[in-house]
Amino acid sequence: MTNISISPDEITRGQPYPGAPDNWKRFFTFSTDHKVIGIQYIVTAFFFFLVGGAMAMVIRSELLTPEADLVDRTVYNALFTLHGSLMIFFWTFPVLVGLANYLVPLMIGARDMAFPRLNAISFWMIPVAATLMLASFLVPGGPAQSGWWSYPPQSIQNPTGNIINGQVLWILSVAINGVSSIMGGVNFVTTIFRMRAPGMTWFRMPAFCWAVLAAQLIQLYGLPALTGGAIMLLLDITIGTSFFRPENGGNPVVYQHFFWFYSHPAVYVMVLPVFGMFSEVLPVHARKPLFGYRVIAVSSVVITVISGCVWVHHMFASATPPWMRMFFMVTTMLVAVPSGIKVFGWVATIWGGKIRFTTPMLFALGGISNWVFAGITGIFLGSVPIDLHVHNTYFVVGHFHYVLYGTIVMGIYAGIYHWFPKMTGRMYYEGLGKLHFALTYIGVQAIFLPMHPLGLQGMPRRVASYDPEFIYWNVIASLGGFLLGVSVLPFILNIVSSWIRGPKAGNNPWRAYGLEWLTTSPPPVENFEEIPVVVSGPYGYGKNQPLVANQARLGTIEEPATS
Amino acid sequence: MKLRAVITISIYAVVVVFISFWMAKQAYSWLPPEASAESKLIDDLFSLFTGLGTAIYLGVMGPFLYSLVFHRAGKYDMEDGPHIEGNNFLEITWTATPLLIVLMLSAISYRTYEKMAIGGPMELVHHHVPQIIEPAYAEPFDSTPQQKIQEAVETEPTENIVVTARQWSWTFYYPDRDVSSTELHLPVDRRAKFTLRSEDVIHAFYIPAFRVGQYVVPNQEIEYELTPVKTGRYRLRDSMHSGTYFATNQSDVVVQPLEEYEQWLADASSRTPTPAFNQAIYEYSQASNPGAGSTKDKVAIRGWATIPPAPAPVVNFSTQQPPDSPASGGNAAEGQKIQKAPRQVPDRSTPDYSKLQ
Ligand code: HEM
Ligand SMILES: [Cu+2]
Ligand SMILES: [Cu+2]
Repeated sequence: MTNISISPDEITRGQPYPGAPDNWKRFFTFSTDHKVIGIQYIVTAFFFFLVGGAMAMVIRSELLTPEADLVDRTVYNALFTLHGSLMIFFWTFPVLVGLANYLVPLMIGARDMAFPRLNAISFWMIPVAATLMLASFLVPGGPAQSGWWSYPPQSIQNPTGNIINGQVLWILSVAINGVSSIMGGVNFVTTIFRMRAPGMTWFRMPAFCWAVLAAQLIQLYGLPALTGGAIMLLLDITIGTSFFRPENGGNPVVYQHFFWFYSHPAVYVMVLPVFGMFSEVLPVHARKPLFGYRVIAVSSVVITVISGCVWVHHMFASATPPWMRMFFMVTTMLVAVPSGIKVFGWVATIWGGKIRFTTPMLFALGGISNWVFAGITGIFLGSVPIDLHVHNTYFVVGHFHYVLYGTIVMGIYAGIYHWFPKMTGRMYYEGLGKLHFALTYIGVQAIFLPMHPLGLQGMPRRVASYDPEFIYWNVIASLGGFLLGVSVLPFILNIVSSWIRGPKAGNNPWRAYGLEWLTTSPPPVENFEEIPVVVSGPYGYGKNQPLVANQARLGTIEEPATS
Repeated sequence: MKLRAVITISIYAVVVVFISFWMAKQAYSWLPPEASAESKLIDDLFSLFTGLGTAIYLGVMGPFLYSLVFHRAGKYDMEDGPHIEGNNFLEITWTATPLLIVLMLSAISYRTYEKMAIGGPMELVHHHVPQIIEPAYAEPFDSTPQQKIQEAVETEPTENIVVTARQWSWTFYYPDRDVSSTELHLPVDRRAKFTLRSEDVIHAFYIPAFRVGQYVVPNQEIEYELTPVKTGRYRLRDSMHSGTYFATNQSDVVVQPLEEYEQWLADASSRTPTPAFNQAIYEYSQASNPGAGSTKDKVAIRGWATIPPAPAPVVNFSTQQPPDSPASGGNAAEGQKIQKAPRQVPDRSTPDYSKLQ
């Protein structure tokens, strides 16, 4: 990247190209600015979060009573299938890619992603794919009903007889999402390898960027397997091949291997960036360096490697021979080691610090505490004998929602509040933020904790009706679920109102280290007037050392010009 | 280290150990009654995991909450905390400790798994080699009287019961007596042998009181063994999502004394096979026939297309009742009234931690 000289006047506007709209309308253009794309991703993902959340509310309402009396069973099956699919493919992945898109170039001192156009194309595939998935509500047989993992032979049963059916649309949608993710993966990996500012060695790179790199490497090795499995499934449904069709000698268990070879590591695609955000938020709000930074950074890559060798733990109860059960039990439990390293590092980071309970800090702390809990129940599930009892029960649903909601969603909130002033130049309202945190934290415990006793007692997941003995915990879980539904309201209110007329934030309201805080808020097109020259690590709290050599010339404009 | 810190940490450690032991004992009460030999093994393992898990959770959360309470910045304190980047000793310790713990937990789980000797899909790999799945109850696992279980495991196993899963019904076939049933009957204290088969999609054979779930995969005959040790009536559930009426794919398991079991077999074999009531078929006919025969739980919204349920199983014995028959509570979703076995918490003084040493 050569230095392009831009007049300070232009810098403040954030135009992706000359003549492009410089107001909110730019978010509706094919912009190639990574910051615009980042926000496009985040806002789009939130829309699907709300749609998926609305489905969760119907699911929990159905489960208030033991009978299947609110929606028809086919509708119920479609609801949990699309709830899970939307939440994974159109909320968690996109919102994290959005945050990474916004932050990675700023954090490594680059002017944009390595391939800006590819980046824009990756984004625009998301609304297309999601629309396709939701459109399945309109086809005659309704949406896919075989769960987000779509195991054959159930998923290749086609009661309507039509070629265009919910399951086919589901596969196409997931495939488009996969292509988008592979393109994103190539882009991130290239950007982090090639575009770091001078002086930014690997061990001067923020932990968040390490985590994004580790996560995106998983996309590159894992997604081809999922895509392969999906294509075979598609052929089985549409032209009647028999890869997985048992009546013609196909083996449905092979699909499970394809699916989980990607979809277990996919959990780490989602959770690693969140770990990265914890590692960025804690030092700032505890005013201490990230403890054990190097080990935390490297542990992300270790997780990438180990999580590629654990997929059979989802198939312990499948037709899996004992040696496989034992081998994958050990590898599964080993993931606890790098994950534990991170947790201890975070605890040591806040230990003896000067902690401030800002909203992002609260969400990060809450997320970590939920992760500790989820990690422990994860070890339970890794043990073959215990898993044989709780597999496919509500114990599993409770466990993975502690990961997905308790850790990942809370981490995403932490990240959004933390970088909101950078993205918008304005401050959010602390009071609403804290209310949001309280409702979320209580809601998560109230809905997902009761799922554990339910599962231990033997309530299977994915049931629209259940035996009356399970009423008690289900009612509590449903009330908790409704509370969680309500919890997003203060968030939306907060973000919308403070984006429009919140107090001005300044360039670095947290007095944080990190390159992204050296430029204006919001950052100009191409991010930095002059590329920063990094001279020290990213967590210089308590040391008072310069982070870059040319600091004086980086963030020359303190307040963005208002129009 | 200051004396005060040493004392504080010691007291906290004692409290953690105490709570962990208490949780380990509680863990038994979170699980269904222990109706099979395998369930005892699994519950002990679960209790151990719960105890250790509690200790780890409190061990991490203690310092975490402590710093949140005591290490907060004063209102006007704008300074940074101390610049501490790392500590090799600590980092090595907290890498090695979890590593040891998980290796140990894997080893213990492996031992439990070996003792369960439930068989399962190993037959795919090699043909039956009895020594390998020989139940390994040689040494007593814990302080509970194991003699009875051991004897049970060593008794002559039952005949091979053929379990057939369909969308959406279970059928149990006793080949020696040519008896078929929609309810699974088993003699107590005898090793039970099953052959699991599916006629359509993947199902899962799951009896929570027996603890061990196993997928039933089409095209594969899966051999499966377990030992019921407590009489009573338990629930059998399909735990693998198998389509529209998946939630109704449940049945009962009756564990009874050998004589009663023989009697039941004899009675059943004298009956002529008739199609059994089937919840899925019942609901399917209701849904495809809106207006007619609507019940109070009639579906609110008409759903989408579904695979028609397989024909009702034709069996010698069935207790399942149509929801509007007087014998049942008239509750469509429940399908049939089940007699629940009373919840039992096994009395056991202390969980066995000798495995830890
Ligand atoms: C208020 C929020 C939420 C509620 C009340 C909720 C509730 C539920 C319930 C009741 C199920 C069905 C479980 C079953 O029968 O197997 C489910 C499934 C699932 N949920 Fe959520 N959930 C929420 C948020 C989330 C979030 C944020 C994510 C992901 C980021 C997520 C991911 C999933 C997935 C992947 C499934 C599995 C779907 C399947 O079995 O195919 N959920 N959720
Ligand atoms: Cu996994
Ligand atoms: Cu064998």
